[in-house]
Amino acid sequence: MGLGVAVGHILVENLHKWFVERRSASRIADENPGPAKGDRVFVLNDINLEIPDGELVCILGPSGCGKTTFVRIVAGFDTPTAGKVLTDGKPVNGPSSDNIFVFQHSGLLPWMTVRENVMLGLRRMKDRKLMAEKVQEYIDIVDLVGFEDHYPHQLSGGMQRRAELARALVVNPEILFMDEPFAGLDFLTRIKMREEVINMHEFIQKTIIFITHDIDEAMIMADRVVVFSDRPAVIKMDVKIPARHPRDFSCDPELEGLRRQVYTELGVHYAL
Amino acid sequence: MWERTKGFILPSFAFVILLAVWQVTKIATGWSVAVFPSPLEAAAGMWELIKEGTLLKHSVASLFRVTLGFYLAVIFGLPLGILLGWWKTGQAITNSLIQFLRPISPLAWIPLAVLWFGIGDKPAVFLIFLSSFFPLVVATITAVNGIRSIYFQVAANFNFSAFETATKIIIPAILPPIMPALRISVGIAWLVVVAAEMIAVKSGLGFLILDSRNALRMDYVMDAMIAIGVIGICLDRVISQLSRIKSVSWGSV
Repeated sequence: MGLGVAVGHILVENLHKWFVERRSASRIADENPGPAKGDRVFVLNDINLEIPDGELVCILGPSGCGKTTFVRIVAGFDTPTAGKVLTDGKPVNGPSSDNIFVFQHSGLLPWMTVRENVMLGLRRMKDRKLMAEKVQEYIDIVDLVGFEDHYPHQLSGGMQRRAELARALVVNPEILFMDEPFAGLDFLTRIKMREEVINMHEFIQKTIIFITHDIDEAMIMADRVVVFSDRPAVIKMDVKIPARHPRDFSCDPELEGLRRQVYTELGVHYAL
Repeated sequence: MWERTKGFILPSFAFVILLAVWQVTKIATGWSVAVFPSPLEAAAGMWELIKEGTLLKHSVASLFRVTLGFYLAVIFGLPLGILLGWWKTGQAITNSLIQFLRPISPLAWIPLAVLWFGIGDKPAVFLIFLSSFFPLVVATITAVNGIRSIYFQVAANFNFSAFETATKIIIPAILPPIMPALRISVGIAWLVVVAAEMIAVKSGLGFLILDSRNALRMDYVMDAMIAIGVIGICLDRVISQLSRIKSVSWGSV
């Protein structure tokens, strides 16, 4: 809880991650063999990134490039092999309830109701009445009023994502990590959820690191897009997107140009 | 209407057929009541046992032993299973030992049980405990290993203490997969109690069978078997009702 100090500032310096291959090499002769047993497999190769407080950063990259590993390290769920990660000038030392992670697949606890899930981050509050009010406030923000006593499996995919969002936001986190949070949602729900995250970000101005492999999703949502290369991941591109919301590629040549650039950078064409 | 048909009327057909086969076999063989009592003779014996209170007395004795042995197995088995599921080193140390002890039939322990615990309820309770303990430990370890790692990450993210991780993550997460193991263990315990009561005790349905055989009352033997079956169904029903509790039913989407 900073008093006017920058909160949610992230500094990543010379971050490397590799692991030692544990499987033996395939017995089938291969022209281009994969990593042999004992080889180092590099996942992240010298990542440097500074994210100021309040920025919504989308990390794009090909499948399996190390995006999730990167974010897990910044969030404290994984450790770097080399390099350092500072949040608010302090080294990351394990997960913290200041930085909430929204998982790729539902991280709601299925044996708890929506209300109990949202309450998790506030469970140590002394003032139970105030706590109940805050929980209700955030359930209201994500538009789940009337579903407080439902269990996650009784909700649709989109409602589950919203409940998890409420659970993350209610603790007033300094940083929100979202690892492909809309994976598995249908197209319309995805678009609605994008809108909700954008609105929420404009409203609370928290730092958000958002992983996606959907280029258009990144272009529509982000203040800044960081493109990772294939493994071992390096930062291939790092652009700010100044365009205001709502964004429309067809009316904004500059945005459209950036979008083409990102597609090219990732080695694909959207015009087929 | 169909629910009622499926739940009561259809199953009772099977019992009617069983009775018919029983009666036909009796007529076809022509064996005497001392060898093969007919359904009616068994029913007459059952009435005597109920009237004298013998059946109730022995049933209560058996149920008491099963309940006590089973509760002990749950009280020791579930925490041990949770601990070993959580603490991987402990799991590596004990896994082979558990797999070694598990296939030894509880009945093989009878001589030692009698020697250690003497005559009375104790050896029987001990055998029932053994019969339920290992299946429960193994099922609990498997259930804990099967918890999605994401829930532990959520726990870490919200700074859960070890106690909170146990009570808010592990225990609720393993309840649904544990329910079938509880059902199976009660079933095994009920199987074992009959065998256990054939030694070293003077009560229980197992004793009733043995005692009736010595008195050449095969109708009583059959009545005790019927009582075992009926109580077995009831025990299974009781446990399966547990999985309907709300905090357990989250697993059955």
